[in-house]
Amino acid sequence: MSTPSAPSTASAPAAPATPGPNTPSASAALLADTLLIFGRYLRQTLAARVGLVFGLLQPLLFLVLFGPLLREVPLGGKGDSWQTLVPGLLVQLGLFSAAFAGFGILIEKQQGILERMRVTPVSRVALLLGRVLKDIVQLLVQSLLLVLVGVAFGLRAPILGMLVGFGFVALMTASIASLSYALAMRVDSPQEFAPVVNSVNLPLMLLSGILLPMSLAPDWLDGLSRANPLRYVVLAVRSAFVGDYGGTVGTGALAALGLTAVSVPAAVRLFRRAGA
Amino acid sequence: MTPVIHTSGLARTFHTKRGTVEAVRGIDLTVPAGEILGFLGPNGAGKTTTLRMLTTLLAPTGGSAAVAGHDLLRDPAGVRRRIGYVAQSGGVDPGVSVREELTTQARLYRLDRAAARARTAELAAELDLADLLDRPCAALSGGQRRRLDIAMGLLHRPEVLFLDEPTTGLDPGSRVDLWALVRRIRDDWGTTVFLTTHYLDEADALADRLVVVDHGRVVAEGTAHALKTEYAGSPDASLQDAFIAITGRRVPAPAETPIAV
Repeated sequence: MSTPSAPSTASAPAAPATPGPNTPSASAALLADTLLIFGRYLRQTLAARVGLVFGLLQPLLFLVLFGPLLREVPLGGKGDSWQTLVPGLLVQLGLFSAAFAGFGILIEKQQGILERMRVTPVSRVALLLGRVLKDIVQLLVQSLLLVLVGVAFGLRAPILGMLVGFGFVALMTASIASLSYALAMRVDSPQEFAPVVNSVNLPLMLLSGILLPMSLAPDWLDGLSRANPLRYVVLAVRSAFVGDYGGTVGTGALAALGLTAVSVPAAVRLFRRAGA
Repeated sequence: MTPVIHTSGLARTFHTKRGTVEAVRGIDLTVPAGEILGFLGPNGAGKTTTLRMLTTLLAPTGGSAAVAGHDLLRDPAGVRRRIGYVAQSGGVDPGVSVREELTTQARLYRLDRAAARARTAELAAELDLADLLDRPCAALSGGQRRRLDIAMGLLHRPEVLFLDEPTTGLDPGSRVDLWALVRRIRDDWGTTVFLTTHYLDEADALADRLVVVDHGRVVAEGTAHALKTEYAGSPDASLQDAFIAITGRRVPAPAETPIAV
């Protein structure tokens, strides 16, 4: 038996039988499928308008009932107390809404909806990305409302800084919602899902300086919070809200992009694999 | 004629904390085009695992299979384009309208917008859903809901329709209606139907041929007539008696079958 030899003509690489992940038709299908899934969930969100307001309720309550207490408190940052609080509330909104995004897919799993979609030729990745895209749009609308209420209460910040803040919300939503969907794919019931999310969320929130800046913290607490990527995101949004787009925004962008670069591909892998 | 489903030693092993579970030990199955096949077995026999493998929801750990002309392992996407699957739980959102579910599902099967709308109207007329299109799915009766579930699996004119326990939870009248619908789907469109059921009367009345699985293997197959003759001694015996003789167990589904033990 002779050993298998390389094809004599090197000019014609074998064409794959089915489009690979990088062929134009596959990316076009991925895009079309993502928009289809996005549209489905956007229509559902718009139909259930209460959901939009409900997610906003907690940060709005903080803004209205807690914000005024900070007016004269020395917070140690640049700008006034609204420029410190509203960026924190934006990150809080993004964190809590996105972290519970997976709840929806958990319900759909129980109703057989996810399985019904998975036996169609729809791109497995689009089932994730379409949902994440809808979460981003929803969070951006909610963020805009939150900022507008903030302005009504006395927040003054440059438009560009607010836009940068929204950019951070979008990145955070992409990464945290992806992780939430990944968790929802791994567990079977809301009873398993909610405790995990809660036990991660609360320390993440407290250690990010969302409500009060970490500059007020003792050294050990400050040190602990440095391990939390959200700390850098909060600092970056605060910096943008006082019109400073320097190193702090850069560090925050690195943290947010790093988080996204880890969590989105991890969730994508899980959606590809789950089932077959 | 090429069979629509052909499996050879199809197997699935699960690794759990308690050890290895051989849910399906090797299924050899051939289903010709246009057949209504009844897939029976006691609980835990491997019915659901087999169905999940054939519908690409679960990767086999052994053997091979071709469904609707595509290799299950190498080309699951090709299989998905040509099969419909209706799970026991259905899979429509109670809060979404019937029309929206049907058109979105058609789009997931890569029909364009106009074709999705047209096919929705066509199937709604065929399956007596036309007056219900603008209702939320939650407002449908059990029988209507089942027809919608089946319509969801037919939008792309599949070669094979997989039905998992299609009449569980339906009242007797709706069950008989559903049997007629399944026959019509096969007779009018030539669709091969692969159905699992807990009801032996349903298997007897609806399926051209039965396959009985137990302990992850096919233990008997043939027409209801042949199984009754071979295992219960007479073509006039009940399928129940044949089933007991084959599996050594009394009924396929303790929870669902209305037979006193």
